[in-house]
Amino acid sequence: MKSGSNLEKVLAAGHFAATAELGPPKSADPAVIREKAKFLKGYVDAANITDNQTAIVRMSSVAAAYLALVEGVEPVAQMTCRDRNRIMMQSDILGMAALGIKNLLCLSGDHQTFGNHPGSKNVYDLDSIQLVQMVKNMRDDKKFQCGEAMDVEPRLFIGAAANPFADPFDFRVVRLGKKAAAGADFIQTQLVYDVDKFARWMEGVRARGLHQRVKILAGVGPIKSAGAARYMKTKVAGIDVPDEVVARMAGAAKGKAKEEGLKICVEIIQKLKSIEGVAGVHIMAIEWEEAIAEITESAGLLPRPKVDEVPAAEAPKAVS
Amino acid sequence: MIKAQQKPFDEIRGMLGNAKNVLILGCGTCVTICFAGGEKEVAILASLLRMAEDIDNGDRQFREHTVKRQCEWEFLDGAAEEVKNADLVVSLACGIGVQATAQRYPDKPVVPGVNTSFLGLILEQGIWSERCVACGNCVLDKTGGICPVARCSKSLLNGPCGGSVGGKCEISPEVDCAWQLIHDKLTAAGRAEELEEITPPKDWRTSQSGGPRKIVREDLRV
Ligand code: SF4
Ligand code: SF4
Repeated sequence: MKSGSNLEKVLAAGHFAATAELGPPKSADPAVIREKAKFLKGYVDAANITDNQTAIVRMSSVAAAYLALVEGVEPVAQMTCRDRNRIMMQSDILGMAALGIKNLLCLSGDHQTFGNHPGSKNVYDLDSIQLVQMVKNMRDDKKFQCGEAMDVEPRLFIGAAANPFADPFDFRVVRLGKKAAAGADFIQTQLVYDVDKFARWMEGVRARGLHQRVKILAGVGPIKSAGAARYMKTKVAGIDVPDEVVARMAGAAKGKAKEEGLKICVEIIQKLKSIEGVAGVHIMAIEWEEAIAEITESAGLLPRPKVDEVPAAEAPKAVS
Repeated sequence: MIKAQQKPFDEIRGMLGNAKNVLILGCGTCVTICFAGGEKEVAILASLLRMAEDIDNGDRQFREHTVKRQCEWEFLDGAAEEVKNADLVVSLACGIGVQATAQRYPDKPVVPGVNTSFLGLILEQGIWSERCVACGNCVLDKTGGICPVARCSKSLLNGPCGGSVGGKCEISPEVDCAWQLIHDKLTAAGRAEELEEITPPKDWRTSQSGGPRKIVREDLRV
C-alpha cells in the first residue's frame, strides 16, 4: 500500500469506488463540515475537500479535510497550483500527512478571475503534472523538490484530474498519460453527461493501457434544474451537456426537475459502470450533499465495501 | 516592443500638483509605435491640458518635447534645457523612460503619463497582444515559437488545462489558448510526441521572482 487510505484499499481490492465532494464553508464554522459529513458517511469511500473552488475563498482544504476525518469521512484533500508556490505546497503536504490525511488530488485550479478576488496575483510556480511528480518523489524517494532528503515521508494516495471534454480532444489521453507517468495513482474526471464522448476517450485510454496504470473515477453530478443544465452547457468551459439532457430537464413536470436530475445521474452511473477501465465514480453534488444517499442507493453502489475500518483521526504524534 | 497606453486624462491632470511650468516629455521609440507617447500624442495631450487649464482659469504653462529614446542617457541629455525650465515633467515614455528621466534629473518631479502594459506586438491596426514576460530563460525552441509563460493564463508547461475549449482559454472567449496553438503547431511539424515529455519545474530565479535583474557583460565593459 502506498498510503493505506480507504480509497486505495477499495480500488486495490477491485471494488467499484464511489467518492463525493464536500465543499468547505465561506466561514470559520466547523459545524458546516460536520453537517455535510453526515450526508456522506457510509455512502462513499472518500470525499474530496475542495480547495477554494472557482477561486472563491473558503476554509482551507487541509483544515476542512481534518474535520471530515474526525467525523469519520475519509478526505481527499484537493490542492491547486493557483495559490501556493512549491514551498507552501510541500509544507501543506507534510502537514496534511501528519494530520492523518491520506489522499491528495492535484489540480491546476480555476483562474482567479472567476472568483471573488479577481484582483489577486496567482502563483502557478508548478503546474499540476509537476505537482504530482513532486508528491510522488516526496513519498517514494523521501525527497523534497530541491533534492534534499526528509526523515518521514508523506504517505499519500495521489490523484489528478482529467477532462475528456476539453480541447484538443486527441491530447486529452496524452495528458492523462503524462499524469500517470508523473505518478498519479487515481484520476477523477470532469462531469460526464455525454457518455458517448467519454466512451471514445476511454477507448484511447485503453489503447495506451492507461486504465491499468491509474484508477479512473468518472465524474458525475445531478442537475437541479433546466436552467442549471443550460448554464453548464453554455457558460462553463469544459463541460459538455448534450441537448438531450437539457431537453429532459426542461421537460420535467413542475416540481419534478430535481427528481429528473437524480434519475439522469443514476442512469449515467449505470452506463459508466459497463465501460471497461472505469474503476469508480466521483459524484459531485455541489451544495446538494443530501442527494448522495439517494444516488448511491439507486445506482446500486450500497453498501460500500469495508476493506478495513477507516481509522479514526488520532492526535498527531511526535516522531521520535 | 514595449506596449503602453496613455493614462486617463483626469489622472494625469491630478498628478500636476502646484506645478506652473509642465513639460510633456515624449519618447520616439516603442511608445511612438503604439501611439501612446510619441511626438503626436505629446502635442494632443498638451493641447487638451491647455484647454482644461483655460476652462478652469488656471495659469499653468505646458511645453512639449520628444527625445528619440528616454531610456538612453545620451538622448535624455538633449532634453536638459527643457527639463531645467520645468517644475514638473509628465513623461509619456514607458516605465523605463520615466525612471531614466527621474534618475537623470534627480531634483525634478517626474510623473508617468502612460501605463506600461506589456512586451508584445501589433496584431492588426489598433490591436496589440502580449508575447513575452522576460522570464529570463526562453523555451520557445520547445514550444514551436509560442510562449506558454506569457500566453497561457496559468503559465503551464505541460500542456493545456481542462478549461481549454474550441481553441480559447477558460478565462475568456477573447483569449486564445496558448497550448492549443502549441499543440497545433508541433503536431503540424510532426513533433507531437515531444508534448508527451514531462517538462520539469521551471527555475524562476531568472525571472522577476529572483529579484531585480541585471546583466553584466565583462567583455563589453570598459
Ligand atoms: S519563454 Fe520567457 S523569454 Fe521566452 S518568450 Fe516566453 S517569457 Fe519571453
Ligand atoms: S485554457 Fe489554455 S491558455 Fe488558458 S489556462 Fe488553460 S492551458 Fe492556459
